[in-house]
Amino acid sequence: MSALTYDVLDIDYAGEADRIAERLREITARTLHRRGLVVAISGGIDSSCSLALAVRALGPQRVHALILPERDSSDDSAVRAGILADHLGVRTETVDIAPALAAIGCYSARDDAVRRALPDYGEGWRFKIVIDGGIEGRINQFRLVAEDPAGATHDVALGLSEYLQIVAATNFKQRIRKTLEYYHADRLNYGVVGTPNRLEYDQGFFVKNGDGAADVKPIAHLYKSQVYGMARFLGLPERVCAAIPTTDTYSLAQGQDEFYFALPYRAMDLALWALNHGRPASELATALDIDVTRAEAVYEDIRNKRRTTAYLHRSAVLVDPAPERERSA
Amino acid sequence: MDSRQTIRSFILKNFLFTDDASALADDAALIRGGIVDSTGVLELIEFLEERYAIRVAPEEMIPAHFDSIDAIDAFVARKRQA
Repeated sequence: MSALTYDVLDIDYAGEADRIAERLREITARTLHRRGLVVAISGGIDSSCSLALAVRALGPQRVHALILPERDSSDDSAVRAGILADHLGVRTETVDIAPALAAIGCYSARDDAVRRALPDYGEGWRFKIVIDGGIEGRINQFRLVAEDPAGATHDVALGLSEYLQIVAATNFKQRIRKTLEYYHADRLNYGVVGTPNRLEYDQGFFVKNGDGAADVKPIAHLYKSQVYGMARFLGLPERVCAAIPTTDTYSLAQGQDEFYFALPYRAMDLALWALNHGRPASELATALDIDVTRAEAVYEDIRNKRRTTAYLHRSAVLVDPAPERERSA
Repeated sequence: MDSRQTIRSFILKNFLFTDDASALADDAALIRGGIVDSTGVLELIEFLEERYAIRVAPEEMIPAHFDSIDAIDAFVARKRQA
């Protein structure tokens, strides 16, 4: 068996783009029985690549792109999304979801919980949540990192009920977005594209019935670095290809790796690939230049996230099975 | 009620919705056995901190301290002596 290197993630992008496009055509026509696809784009690499693949499959006239910013979205996200939509020639609709989120209590419920942890928090402050402990073999704990209007950083422990309320409130963002995606999908008789990459899909990095809900997920089998490779192969605009992955969910910029993943995404890709292919932790340690104990902890963190997020993937559980329903699905 | 019974009662009621003590052995694996997940451990820690007026330090938040009623009871006893 050859040594573990990043080369294992190399794929034939031309062949893969054609294969995904063919599958998207088949799935949309023969499984979903829909006339096109709706894709919400954030300007990030995953939704950009998904949109481009949808266009490759069905042509721009059968794809409807949505840009759905809210108060905490970075301005650059919408700009990148707009550049991409122009580049691909797709119809685009922008809906500011901030008023809907405000009306439903997203911001106020979130800010109430933040203030319980940090009483001075208010207008002009920005914050994010940081999770730590899991990779050191401890139980995950949550911290609130906030920046006050004068630029000073505050870092406080977050109690469980405050953490849960902040997450529950911010999950409105993904769920309101999905509501709009399905409005347009229903209106046009289209299907909805979900845009997780393999790392997010495998590790449960999505909101149940939010960004996790979709009719088809065309890049859920691609590692994040392959999504970047695909974006470059598809010739997407440089600003899209160079975008740094963030959650774009909290007001203070938050990298996906600091929020959720043990390592930066390229290293996480390799770790996930190595675990999926039965490579021992010692090989991962050599490839990433980390010690074996840490490589083992990364493997354990991946397995643990699979266990703890199984609920997110699960459909509603029935008391008794309904096999006749399953057969006609 | 001694601490072991208190801990058992909390776990039975909060995670298994029962009062039936036979539903859970004192040495049963709670985390590895899928009864308590990481959020559940945080709930458990909040309960222990409040009930026994102890403070669990970040470095003490390891699965080994909370993976069974036996382990939790021993951990609480050590903390109360400290």
